[in-house]
Amino acid sequence: MKSPVTFRLNGSETAVFVDSGANLLDVLRRGCGDLSPKYGCGQGSCGACTVLIGGEPHVSCLVLAETVAGRSVETTGGLSNGPDLHPLQRAFIEGFAAQCGYCTPGMLMSAKALLDRNPSPTRSEVEEAISGNLCRCTGYEPIIDAILEAAKQRGAA
Amino acid sequence: MAIHHGRGFASINYPIGMNLGGDPSQALVHSTPDGKFKVTLSSIDLGQGIKSVGRQLAAETLGVPVEDVFVDTADSDTGPHDMGSFASRGTHRMGNAIIRAATEARAQLLEAAAEELEVDASDLVTDGRGNIHVRGAPSRSISVEATATAAQFNQGRTLAGRGIFLVPLSEVDSVTGEMTPVSSFAHAALIIDLTVDDETGEVEVQNINSAYEVGRALNPRLVEQQLIGGAWMGVSHALYETTEPNYPERSHGPIDFNHYLQPGPGDTVPHHISVLERPAPDAPFGGKGPGEMCANPVLPAIANAVFNAVGVECDSLPITPEKVLRGIRANGGARPQGRPGA
Ligand code: FES
Ligand code: FES
Repeated sequence: MKSPVTFRLNGSETAVFVDSGANLLDVLRRGCGDLSPKYGCGQGSCGACTVLIGGEPHVSCLVLAETVAGRSVETTGGLSNGPDLHPLQRAFIEGFAAQCGYCTPGMLMSAKALLDRNPSPTRSEVEEAISGNLCRCTGYEPIIDAILEAAKQRGAA
Repeated sequence: MAIHHGRGFASINYPIGMNLGGDPSQALVHSTPDGKFKVTLSSIDLGQGIKSVGRQLAAETLGVPVEDVFVDTADSDTGPHDMGSFASRGTHRMGNAIIRAATEARAQLLEAAAEELEVDASDLVTDGRGNIHVRGAPSRSISVEATATAAQFNQGRTLAGRGIFLVPLSEVDSVTGEMTPVSSFAHAALIIDLTVDDETGEVEVQNINSAYEVGRALNPRLVEQQLIGGAWMGVSHALYETTEPNYPERSHGPIDFNHYLQPGPGDTVPHHISVLERPAPDAPFGGKGPGEMCANPVLPAIANAVFNAVGVECDSLPITPEKVLRGIRANGGARPQGRPGA
């Protein structure tokens, strides 16, 4: 059975029909056409599908789509302001923090949730914040550095 | 019960590409009517950076701005033939093919410009900023864009090039068995410092110091990125990753990322890298590429360091706490090997 669900996706009112039991990742990708969250494992252990719900990071593959009714969902697709990249996106590019890029959208959202509540995190707070996000390529070091750099840039701005 | 320090060294000569029947790669380059250039490859970029490096090589050879070059890694149905992205061959094989294709396309670009300027093509040079002019007379110039438009709409000419790089099959000497399976080697040497806990068997890597010789580092930031990530993967293979941990039943083994272990963001190791540049004569602008060699020396260096720390020789990977403890028990206790001069 399909039911209508209305929520705010990256600031825009969005309405979709969802199958009962459908997960949010599937609804974002197929229902809303937002391909920025990635499917890695489908069982909550890789973090590639991380989105923010009410500002908190969640693995969208384990979220029932119906539960976001009336809430705000943020994805990497809405991170930049037009052509102006978010400081995290700029820091990831400048710090060569992506290789294949598959983990990147999840990393960015976990990092955004961190910086939104803690604008100047320590290195170990950054490690903790992305500990649910797996990366196969970078060895994490450039990602951690980029998040710390973005925090610095935001502080300076 | 104690924590033991160990240091291990390993070095590697790493062959670029393979040659078990010839090892070709092809590239095609063509211009759009507005003077942008497309490079078509069938090699795949899965993060190692062949798109970026291919773009640089094509722009440098064509003599146009890097922003005006686009690399399409197409697919193997529609693109030119390529053996594939493996054996650390991308930069070397595809890079050489791209240079050849771009050289042919550049000759056509200059001929089309020569026709427009009514001069001889051999008198023309590019400024790397999107213009072509007569050598020594910068005012007698035409833009690459205007040249491409004129070529297409007035002259009826394509600005395109084909390139192939083939390392031919090497014959085997029937007496000595000698052959040349590869065309060039990259090199690395790496030192691992780690600790081993003789109570838990846990190994903790503290420090990596490495030197990698990659020919010319065509894109130094990409090289560094590959080396850091690749060495991390080496640590992961040496100490963590296995589909067959010692569970009693195969069916009890790991089926997801929660049980297939890898080091996480809290387990990163300081890694000091020296990139040595010795441009290789047969490589594109001398670049051989880091490739699989990023990870390879890490594994034997860790095994050697574990031996140095507690005297346990692990001959299978990963070096799990269990194997270390069994080794210590078999030896009747930890046997630190010490360090010459320490
Ligand atoms: S796809 Fe959701 S955690 Fe892996
Ligand atoms: S960049 Fe490939 S998984 Fe992180």
